[in-house]
This record gives sequence, C-alpha cells and structure tokens, in this order.
Amino acid sequence: MAPHPVLTLHAATLELGERRLWSELELSVEHGEFLAVLGPNGAGKTSFLKVLLGLLPLTSGAVRIEGISPRRGSSLVGYVPQQRGFDAELGARGRDLVALGVDGHRLGRPWPSRETRRRVTAAIDAVGAAGYADAPIGRLSGGEQQRLRIAQALIGDPGLLLCDEPLLSLDLNHQQAVLDLIDDRRRGHGTAVLMVTHEINPVLPLVDRILYLASGRWAIGTPDEVMTSACLSDLYGTEIDVLRVRQRIVVIGAAA
Amino acid sequence: MNVTTYLQLPFAQHALIAATVIALISGLIGPFVASRDMAFAVHGAAELAFPSAAAGLLIAGDAVNGALIGSLVVATAIGLLGERQSERNTAIGVILAFGLGLGVLLLSYYHGFAAEATNILFGNILGVSTHDIEVLCGIAVLVVAVLAVLYRPLLFASIDPDVAAARGVRNRLVGLVFVYLLALTVTAAAQIVGTLLVLSLAITPAAAARRLSANPLKVTGLSVLFALVAADGGLLLSLQYDTIKASVFITFISFTLYLGARCAGVAGARGRPAGTARRPAGLPPSPSGCPR
Repeated sequence: MAPHPVLTLHAATLELGERRLWSELELSVEHGEFLAVLGPNGAGKTSFLKVLLGLLPLTSGAVRIEGISPRRGSSLVGYVPQQRGFDAELGARGRDLVALGVDGHRLGRPWPSRETRRRVTAAIDAVGAAGYADAPIGRLSGGEQQRLRIAQALIGDPGLLLCDEPLLSLDLNHQQAVLDLIDDRRRGHGTAVLMVTHEINPVLPLVDRILYLASGRWAIGTPDEVMTSACLSDLYGTEIDVLRVRQRIVVIGAAA
Repeated sequence: MNVTTYLQLPFAQHALIAATVIALISGLIGPFVASRDMAFAVHGAAELAFPSAAAGLLIAGDAVNGALIGSLVVATAIGLLGERQSERNTAIGVILAFGLGLGVLLLSYYHGFAAEATNILFGNILGVSTHDIEVLCGIAVLVVAVLAVLYRPLLFASIDPDVAAARGVRNRLVGLVFVYLLALTVTAAAQIVGTLLVLSLAITPAAAARRLSANPLKVTGLSVLFALVAADGGLLLSLQYDTIKASVFITFISFTLYLGARCAGVAGARGRPAGTARRPAGLPPSPSGCPR
C-alpha cells in the first residue's frame, strides 16, 4: 500500500456567501479507507465533495489529492452523484453512460473507439450490470442505475471514489448490493471511498472513520468516537442523545 | 404538370436541395433538443426570425441575412437570460413576446413589399434563390462540423450534467454553443418551411427516433432519416399535387412517422421484459435490515 495519503486537507475553510460551512478542517485519508461524511442538510457535505472535484475553491487552507490540488475532470477522482432517476425517454443506454465516463469530456468523433468499448464492457461486467446495460437507462430501477453509475465512476481507475448519497431511495437489498460493490473495490484496488450519507446504519459495518459536519464545525474519528452523545452535543451546541440499539445507531435531537 | 416535369426546372431543384440540407441539420440537432428539453427554444427562435427579418429588411433591405444575424442575438439572449434550465422557458417567453412586438413595429415603418418578412412566418420553399442555397450550405457545414466535434461533451452535458461537470465538461459553454447552432438551424429552416412548422423537422423526427432506439448514435441517424423523408417527400408530393403547400405535407409525413414510431415502440416494449427492480441473486439478507 502506498505510504502517502490519497487525500489531505489542512486548515481548510469553506464559506458560501456570508455563511461559513466549516473551518480549519484537518483531514487525511489513506488508500483503501472508507470515510462517511455525515451531518444535517446545509452543513456543507455536498460542497465538500465539490471542493474535492475542483468545482469549488476553498476560502482558505489547502487540499491535496495524491499530492496535487483538485482540478475539474481529474482522473484521480471518481464521482457517483446524488441518485436522481433518469428520464424514461432519455435516448441513452447504460452502456452510453459508462462510455461517457471514459471520453465524454473530450472533443472528437462521436463514436467510441474499440479500446473504449472494450473497457466499457469490462466495467459493466465488473459491476454485474451486463444484463441490462443495453436497455434504455431511464427504464431501469434505481439500484440498476446506481450500479451503472458506479461502473462509470470506476472506469478511470480513480484512487479516490466520491459518492453523494448513493443509497438514497434504494431498498435495503439494493443498498447492500451497492455497498458490496464499493467495498470490493476498495479492498481489491485500495481505492479510498468518501461517502456523503444521511443514514449511518447501512454503512456502519464498512466505515473506518466518520467526518461529521454540523453548525459550522466538524468532528472526525471512528464511529465509536464520533457517534456519542458527548461528541455530537458538543458539535451541535445542544443536547443530543446517541443511542445504540443492537447494531444500529439512533440519534435523537439532531436534524440528521 | 407533375413532379418529373417540375424537377426539370431550377426553382424545383433549388427547393429539393434546400429541403434536403434543412432536413439534415434539423434532424441532427433534434435529439439534443429533445434530451435538453428545448422544444420551446426551437419555437421561440423560429418565431423570432420574423422580427429579425423585418429589421433586416428595414435596415439593409435583406430579410434573410437579417434573420440570421437576429438569430445570433436571440441565441445570446436565451443563453444569458435562461442560464438555469428551470428559468429558461420563462426567459424565452419574455424574449418572444417582446421580439414579436418589435417585429410588428418595424414592419409598420417599412413601406416596401413586406412579403419577404411574412414569408418567414409561413415559409416559401418554392422561392429559394441560388444565394439562399449558398447561405444554407454554409450554415449546414458549420452545424455539422461543430456537432461532429462537440458531440460527446454535448451528449454528456445533456443527459448527465452533474458528472459531466465533475469530469471537466464546461456545461454552460457547451450549452451556449448548442443554442447558437439551434438558432441558426431553426432560422434557416424557418425560411423554407415557415416558423410555424419548424417543429415538424426539428422536433418530431427526433421524438419518433427516440421511441425506436436508446442508442444515441442510432437515434441521431433515424432522426435525420425521418427529417429527410418528411422534407423531401413533402416537397415532391406538393409538386405532384400542386394545390397543397409543401409545409402541409411535411408536417403530415413527420407526424405520421411519429405515430408509427409510437406504435412500434409500444410493440417493442411489450416484447422485452420491463426493467423493473430485480433483486441480485444470492444476496444475503441485509445485516442492517429490520425484520418485518
């Protein structure tokens, strides 16, 4: 495993207009690590991903991915966006979506090269989506669409996979299938995973650490360190109860 | 006179060339109009060719070039005012209403023969000059060349804008370039089939094609094919039955193709298992799932 971290943030602060989303953030993510990003709506979770995608600059501080500043279109980063269904008559197949992950940003002839087609087929097989990759993508279920999204994000073999609420609106079986895919990848290829999520419980068995963003502040640590009444009460500045019910965590008193 | 004798004559030959070129570029932009949900932009750009033509007529005595230059102004206005998809249609409505009022005003100052400006409302495929064909071919070369190079980023930005932006596609720039292509194509087509009927070449063929395939390149190919059948077929029929205008036949043919594609699409969808949620085989029960 490579000695250097995949992602480092140092004294990172992000403000949007007048609002300070988080400040002086210190974070280092290793290869193969699974980091969940939690927090209430508006805490700056999606903005955090945008910083890593090079779509939003930090207000101050430094961020490095594999040692370099994030930039748009970097092949070091794979991105699974918020699950939003495709239009039923979109006029594209899953295969086309995955292929756009390879060369969709490049100008040039409209049809994919033989090499691109080979890689697309391999990526589709790797996520077990071969059975429906040629159907109109808008007609697929949320779980099927999400598998194809993961194939699209992983086809460039990124060192860091960013997922924004990839489990939203999936039933428990499909949630688990999507998580298994992501988990296999990080174990097999050392891909670091950074997942923004509302819901800690489905990812709890896989998560190494949690970054919790709330009220302009942040906390980082293992689930046992962060998901405690003391830690979250301190973060929110109000009384929060964190209960452990069997294998699940229930947070009472917070928005999420 | 029937269609074969007409085709000996230059005006009919010009009309056939114009119909073919317009069908080609309209068919090419159609699938993107559909996937970017820009049918109203097509309609707006087409109708705004009228005030532009009136302005051109008044200032330089040239309705066609006026319309083309005006289309670039319109595209810029749509691009700047309607940056977000949710507000674009409203912006087009605002521009359209003002533009049409302006056109009526400009026309009231023009004391010459205004048929050149009103032609653009209803189209005059049988009055295409050699100069018109040259302009049209110039536009077609431009549209085809830009689309050929921009195809993938445009497709990416159209169907998957979030990931496209993350992968480095300049969505706004790509979108703006497309609005220019759309405005040029629509304005050129408006002079032939009329602003009121442009939709039958720039939208209906693509809508039909999307019913038959989900492969973007096939959709584009079918869209061009349907536009060609409608435009050339409509023209030839109007030469054969010369009491009915070509634009009538064009709309009828393209609508018939659309209905046919819908029926074929429904039949095709029945034959294929629906893409419903399938539980992955061999999956253990979710460890975090609550028993019901």
